[in-house]
Amino acid sequence: MSDIRAELRYATSHEWVRLEDDGTAYVGISDHAQDAMGDLVYVELPDVGQQLEVTDEAGVVESVKAASDIYAPVSGEIVAINEALEDTPELVNQDPYGDGWLFQIRLNDKSELEQLLSADDYRTQLDSED
Amino acid sequence: MSTQTDNQLIFELSRPGRRAAAQAPRALPEERLSAIPQALRRKQRPALPEVSELQVVRHYTNLSTRNFAIDKQFYPLGSCTMKYNPRGANRAAMLPGFLGRHPLAPESHSQGYLACLFELQEFLKEVTGMQGVSLTPMAGAQGEFAGVAMIRAYHEARNDDARTEILIPEAAHGTNPATAVMCGYKVREVPVNKEGDVDLEALKAACGPQTAGLMMTNPSTCGVFERQIDGIAKAVHEAGGLLYYDGANLNAILGKVRPGDMGFDVIHMNLHKTFATPHGGGGPGAGPVGVSERLKPFLPTPIVGREEDGRYRWLDQHDLPQSIGHLSAFMGNAGVLLRAYFYARVLGREGMIRVGEYSTLAANYLLKRLEAIGCTPAYPARRASHEFILTFAKESKTLGVSAMDIAKRLLDYNQHAPTTYFPLLVPECFLIEPTETETKEALDEFVAAMESILAEARDNPELLKGAPYSQPVRRLDDVKAARELDLVWSNV
Repeated sequence: MSDIRAELRYATSHEWVRLEDDGTAYVGISDHAQDAMGDLVYVELPDVGQQLEVTDEAGVVESVKAASDIYAPVSGEIVAINEALEDTPELVNQDPYGDGWLFQIRLNDKSELEQLLSADDYRTQLDSED
Repeated sequence: MSTQTDNQLIFELSRPGRRAAAQAPRALPEERLSAIPQALRRKQRPALPEVSELQVVRHYTNLSTRNFAIDKQFYPLGSCTMKYNPRGANRAAMLPGFLGRHPLAPESHSQGYLACLFELQEFLKEVTGMQGVSLTPMAGAQGEFAGVAMIRAYHEARNDDARTEILIPEAAHGTNPATAVMCGYKVREVPVNKEGDVDLEALKAACGPQTAGLMMTNPSTCGVFERQIDGIAKAVHEAGGLLYYDGANLNAILGKVRPGDMGFDVIHMNLHKTFATPHGGGGPGAGPVGVSERLKPFLPTPIVGREEDGRYRWLDQHDLPQSIGHLSAFMGNAGVLLRAYFYARVLGREGMIRVGEYSTLAANYLLKRLEAIGCTPAYPARRASHEFILTFAKESKTLGVSAMDIAKRLLDYNQHAPTTYFPLLVPECFLIEPTETETKEALDEFVAAMESILAEARDNPELLKGAPYSQPVRRLDDVKAARELDLVWSNV
């Protein structure tokens, strides 16, 4: 059973978003996504300062099985990226909701979060994919 | 039995002063050497291994026997068309007149060669239903590039410059998004439904004044024929976009259905899959492009033309001022083009149809037999084209055995594994393409191997996780290999 966190919002393309008090949000990929990808060998991240619209390509995660695009779940400006992933992409596999975060984004519009899936909705999506 | 030297690199066999007379470099006379500027000359001798001729022959012959290869084993690598290519086509392409022809030889000395290429252009037009063909792209990737570059040139020639997007269905060939990006387009993905067809409503919603074109292959990477191709073509054309056909799966429809008749404006063909050059050897390849009437002015040069008096000549920028231009110094890979020409001549119209029929028959036979022994097809309601997908999601969940474990175990049964984990939209999948050149007995052997492996998966899953056991190397750690890439041998 994959780990789904109640405090997060999810995109149908398997990214998670965690809103912080300062109006920024952390973004990563779900436990289900990292498990489906298998051991990651490379992570490509956006540039700090880059402006992204919802569903823009924001990076790539690559495993020995596949390469998969990361899409921005919300619009905004990239304020930080997880530089540790350059040398240790396995952090995404080990701790997808913690040390394996991908980037931090300053939201243009908090109401965009409403468009994303709740934990329960995401669980329903995963069940229907089985 | 392997000896210690079998496992050594050629560099480790090196002993100072040992040499192969046949390969020894000739000393360059000083007057020739002085033509090379001092700054461009080597300061040190190259670090080449010093070995005898027999050591070289033995070393590489031994290595070659460890390969899985179509000459030794069944090789059902989906999406790759690993069929047997007749030796005769190669022999014809190796005739001394072809082999010794200088690429700068005058046209009057190359009429035979040019006649072959002209006829090949005509054959490919006929078999694909396109109006013009250029043989010049050197590989599938370059063919794709040429195709999308022509789409761009077409829109630009009409000052229609707001078209920024290429639509790509999920079931397209894996290289298509890279090509679109290389040509400066944004990629918009279009979903595929549960039966493997494009979601037509989603496609219609994605079409608009920003649509430059759509790239797809039919049959698709899902191994099924796209049934709504008429509707897809109509939607894209009505939005002002063009349709690109990736020839990756042309083998399935050869002689049966033509991309030109389906409404495609531009296609590339992989001669190194469908037309008698082995695929998977790392090259050289050939990726000719075919176009509809409106894209003809943009074809890459050179093209072989025929004058009224029957003479053949290269058509160049002067003849095609709107061409996207040259893609290589000369024109394509001559040997690959000649092999394709002879293959097409030997097959003829009747043989082309049999390629399509038998590649499809072999795939459907294999699919039905594998289904009967308990394998799960990804699209059970669909007839296969020349290839099909199995999913081992159930085995992965209940037995902890992945598609990769099964693939590795197949090697122990002397069967090359099919393509694994592609296409990405089907979890734990095999993409299997037997091709038209295998006997029923070879297909049955593969089924027997799979039946035995599925029994092992139920009774002793640990066995599969350790496979292969019979190969020169055991299970490779491909994660470590990717994370700590080390390709350079050094003895320091």
